[in-house]
Amino acid sequence: MIRAILIFNNHGKPRLSKFYEHYTEDTEQQIIRETFHLVSKRDENVCNFLEGGMLIGGSDYKLIYRHYATLYFVFCVDSSESELGILDLIQVFVETLDKCFENVCELDLIFHVDKVHNILAEMVMGGMVLETNMNEIIMQVDAQNKMENTFLWELFIGIKPEIGSNFK
Amino acid sequence: MSPSVPLQEMIRAIRSARTQCEERGVIQRECAAIRAQFRQADNGGRSHNLAKLLYVHMLGYPAHFGQMECVRMIASSRYSEKRVGYLGAMMLLDEKQDASLLITNSIKNDLSHSNQYVQSLALCTLACMGSAEMCRDLAPEIDRLLRASNSYIKKKAALCAVHIVRKVHELGELFAPAARSLLSEKNHGVLHGAVVLITELCERSSESLERFRKTVPDLVQIMKGLVISGYSPEHDVAGISDPFLQVRLLRLLRILGRNNETASDAMNDLLAQVATNTDSTKTVGNAVLYETVLTVLDIKSESGLRVLAVNILGRFLLNNDRNIRYIAMTSLQKIVGTDHNAVQRHRGTIVDCLKDQDASVKRRALDLSLALVSASNIRSMMKELLLFLSSCPPELRSQAANGIFTAAERYVRDETVPNLIQLITNTSELHCYTVHKLYRALLSDISQQSLVQVACWCIGEYGDLLLRGDCQEVEPMQVCEDDVLDALETVLQSHMSSTATRGFALTATMKLSTRITDNVDRIRSIVSIYGSCIDLELQQRAVEYNALFKKYDHMRYAKKDSTHFCCCGVILFCSVNSFAFNVILEPECEQLTMHVLTLYGLTL
Repeated sequence: MIRAILIFNNHGKPRLSKFYEHYTEDTEQQIIRETFHLVSKRDENVCNFLEGGMLIGGSDYKLIYRHYATLYFVFCVDSSESELGILDLIQVFVETLDKCFENVCELDLIFHVDKVHNILAEMVMGGMVLETNMNEIIMQVDAQNKMENTFLWELFIGIKPEIGSNFK
Repeated sequence: MSPSVPLQEMIRAIRSARTQCEERGVIQRECAAIRAQFRQADNGGRSHNLAKLLYVHMLGYPAHFGQMECVRMIASSRYSEKRVGYLGAMMLLDEKQDASLLITNSIKNDLSHSNQYVQSLALCTLACMGSAEMCRDLAPEIDRLLRASNSYIKKKAALCAVHIVRKVHELGELFAPAARSLLSEKNHGVLHGAVVLITELCERSSESLERFRKTVPDLVQIMKGLVISGYSPEHDVAGISDPFLQVRLLRLLRILGRNNETASDAMNDLLAQVATNTDSTKTVGNAVLYETVLTVLDIKSESGLRVLAVNILGRFLLNNDRNIRYIAMTSLQKIVGTDHNAVQRHRGTIVDCLKDQDASVKRRALDLSLALVSASNIRSMMKELLLFLSSCPPELRSQAANGIFTAAERYVRDETVPNLIQLITNTSELHCYTVHKLYRALLSDISQQSLVQVACWCIGEYGDLLLRGDCQEVEPMQVCEDDVLDALETVLQSHMSSTATRGFALTATMKLSTRITDNVDRIRSIVSIYGSCIDLELQQRAVEYNALFKKYDHMRYAKKDSTHFCCCGVILFCSVNSFAFNVILEPECEQLTMHVLTLYGLTL
């Protein structure tokens, strides 16, 4: 099971934090700080798996991470997940973000964190891997984004949502 | 996109704050505005406010006042508001809050909504934070969705069912039939969800395990389809067809084949095929290969296949990629209990990994090295482990030291007493101090066998130094002969003393007969009591000592003839004891005695 998914930058500022188990706000921040502390100490050419954190799950959990330019993508998992599989999943996640945002960079994640949550929700649900096919994920995300401006009762009557009708 | 614009303005404002204090100020102002907005009646910008609050929550600021707003938003009829409301529920609510109960009804309604994206929002939220009561309430709905809906919803319902089973174990029964029928779906997402659900059910109850064993042929079929099929663009990841699904299937096969001959037989061919055909040049291939290896080693596979599996692991251990080495060691750790010899073959490589720069690899290597320590390789392993201990990272130090001590305790216990005696013998300047200290230790506690044995030996050997009483390093204490004999008698009579300890005490008593003057009779009587002891070893010693008393009494104090006396004593002892024993040692004949001992091949 995936316990948490964290994205933070080289200075430890969180860009996305999704926890699949409940922790208090203080504990969540502590976990982010501790994870950053452990991950930032790593060299560039060591392996992508880390053990030894204290806060989540005790001894049965690992951090699997990838470092892209200014961002760390960290998945905190327990022993029931395949380590290499999660490493590939991170790759799929980043590629999906790249497709959705057109050459994604850190600023995209900062200003559109809600979109990132929506994309992630199509890939991981309840701590379990849901969908790994990039095209399928993007298709679903696009369809849901199109629905952003609809009133749900409009679907019954057949009114098409106006594109660009924003609510300020 | 609608909620984002005001959210972006706030984010910009937060980012432009130059200090932590300024940032806090901005956020406090924003939160106050949001709170005010929440209190107002419905306005068009509700979803923006909640989105802003969630951003602030991510940065670590309190956001609990948004909980009721989430509940309201979830019940909204605008998709954008529903969406942010559900996201907020996942981030801010949990089963301990009362507000979470209030959304149960909304979730229930949304689960039967005509729009699949609304259904999916409800499913996602239930799977993330559903409490046991919510799960019990909504389980029948989920079961319905598992059977009759499109693939998008089916796959989400499957994972939601997994969460429900984790929260309320008994509901596993409810989902078993639906899970079974999902295996015939073509959509990979649904298959994946089905396999995860079946895995969860099998891990929870043995009846489910029995029932799902019958699906092994179907699972093998699906797996074969993935492995043999040609290139399929929608599932391909670096040349392997849906490796995520393959890994899940292999894991499920492992659980089903464990301890079961028929199931394991059905999988053998497939596993051999996957092991030999999978391309191991990319990470994806290796992921599948590892899962295969772990499955082969865990089920009742034929020996040829096991050898193949361990060889694959050995190959990966030598791979340049550190990730692969790390994973290889994790896998070897899992089988070191059952296939110990196979793993021992790779001991050299594993010990080399102790010197790797990477802390994670070091940690794995340490765990594995400690598991591989055995009586035959203990010396070389200890050398490596002690070297490692001197230079290892601080977080691994306690584990390494602990492991070294455990190994020492298991393999090295027997040598303590002779080694310590040897050490004491060689440090002649400390004889007086040693015997005084050990005598005092003996007075206070006679329960530690090794300590008592060494103490008895020292008293027997250096008893004269003890009785003389003058020693610079310790406080002066008047020790008379009776005290010493009392102490030795206590050891002899205590039920805590083992036979070996009694042997030491008896011989020490005997040796004192040459070093003391007044109480020889007492010694004689102590020794003769043991002439009828039940224990054969003690009886034999006592009888021999008695014989010495009788036959060679006239020689006891004659210095010149003490050599002769000693040799007789040695020869007598050699003929009865093949056990560690002490010999009457006068300084002059120490060398002689040692020679005789070596002649007889005995150790002191």
